[in-house]
Amino acid sequence: MSAAGLFSARGGRWHLVAALVAQLCAVATAFAVDFPSLSGRVVDRADIIGAATRTAIEQKLADLENKSGIQLVVATVTSLQGQEIEPYANELYRKWQLGEKTKNNGVLLLVAPSEHRVRIEVGYGLEGILTDALSKVIVANAITPRFRAGDFSEGISRGVDDIITVLTTDSSEWQQRPSLRLDYRQPTDPTNWILLVALVVFAGLFIVSPGFRWLVLNVVLNVLATSTSSGRGGFSGGGFSGGGGFSGGGGSSGGGGASGSW
Amino acid sequence: MVVSMAVVRGVLVATLLGLMVAGCGYNTIPTYEEQAKAKWADVQNNYQRRADLIPNLVATVQGYAKQERDVLTAVVEARAKATSVKVDASQLIDPEKLKQFQDAQSQLTGALGRLIAVSENYPDLKSNQNFLALQSQLEGTENRIAVARRDYIEAVRTYNTELKTFPGILWAATVFRSNKPMAEFTASEDVAKPPTVKF
Repeated sequence: MSAAGLFSARGGRWHLVAALVAQLCAVATAFAVDFPSLSGRVVDRADIIGAATRTAIEQKLADLENKSGIQLVVATVTSLQGQEIEPYANELYRKWQLGEKTKNNGVLLLVAPSEHRVRIEVGYGLEGILTDALSKVIVANAITPRFRAGDFSEGISRGVDDIITVLTTDSSEWQQRPSLRLDYRQPTDPTNWILLVALVVFAGLFIVSPGFRWLVLNVVLNVLATSTSSGRGGFSGGGFSGGGGFSGGGGSSGGGGASGSW
Repeated sequence: MVVSMAVVRGVLVATLLGLMVAGCGYNTIPTYEEQAKAKWADVQNNYQRRADLIPNLVATVQGYAKQERDVLTAVVEARAKATSVKVDASQLIDPEKLKQFQDAQSQLTGALGRLIAVSENYPDLKSNQNFLALQSQLEGTENRIAVARRDYIEAVRTYNTELKTFPGILWAATVFRSNKPMAEFTASEDVAKPPTVKF
């Protein structure tokens, strides 16, 4: 804490204030859009899917995940809260973290009936299989014509069927593809091995020199008394699980997929 | 043995310093810097991906709408200009350089928008399967660009904040004195919004 006192004495207080304000603003914008929670494989907030269809879809989605690990989730919302469907879908996808963390193999089918917009948002790991062009074809051929006729249940059901067909036909593809992307999602920390060498040297000295042992004890106490936490965790959050039986696996999306309107 | 003790003590101090330093957030600035640079690479890749789609798109449109010479030429020229402006990760601290990149890319966005608008006048072109596929790819790429830009802006914000706040500012003022804040994108609406295509 003495370090903090020294620091503000040097005129850094304004930086702290500015940072605090920035933080508050960030929090404010983060809460500007209110996303639904991931209550199941079908999150029907707009209440447009019939009960029978819903059960059938949920079964198909569960089968898909059991077979291939792919998490496909259907969501309907009452409002996009003034946003375009593309950023909304991407943020919702990232909030729910669909797909496995290392494979990013998730898909989100989002329907906003009041805005007349629909989008298939595809995770990083499936971009090569469920391409933008294929997503567009599914939206344009299977989904929007039925939505236009007012049959949401049938449109969503057919859309889900087509997505599953695309995802499961070429199984060799989806088995190879995610491994190609492992390097992308898991950058190795360049400082780790330096720390490792330091630790080895440290252990060696600790055994060899009694004077060193004495010094270590002092320093450790010192460090314990003054250290602060070493930075936030960045952009992960895998292993997070809600109270229910279903949760995202930590996957992310970079905006792949396609949208449509009716 | 006496000499070796002096050596041992030197190494020992260095080691301890290393451990203490890592515990106090020494790694944070380089980590955030690398993350921001990686996000920039994503931005540039996605713009490149768009540029790669254009020759095919232009060729397809040309087959149906040869008379739209001006629009087609504008796209080809804007593409050439946009691909010539590259921003290296080390140049990210230069707002001027980033602005050049941004300007070249948004010029291309504008030219592409006109091309798509003009295509609406050609029913044969509009129903061409190849054109439809290219169009949806272009749309998807524009959306990926928007996402990558958002991620980059966020990463730069985190990095710049770390440089200016405690405890990062201590490291920034001492060890990482050469680390400068990175330039942020001005989020221009025409790029952020993907062109809408009606089927």
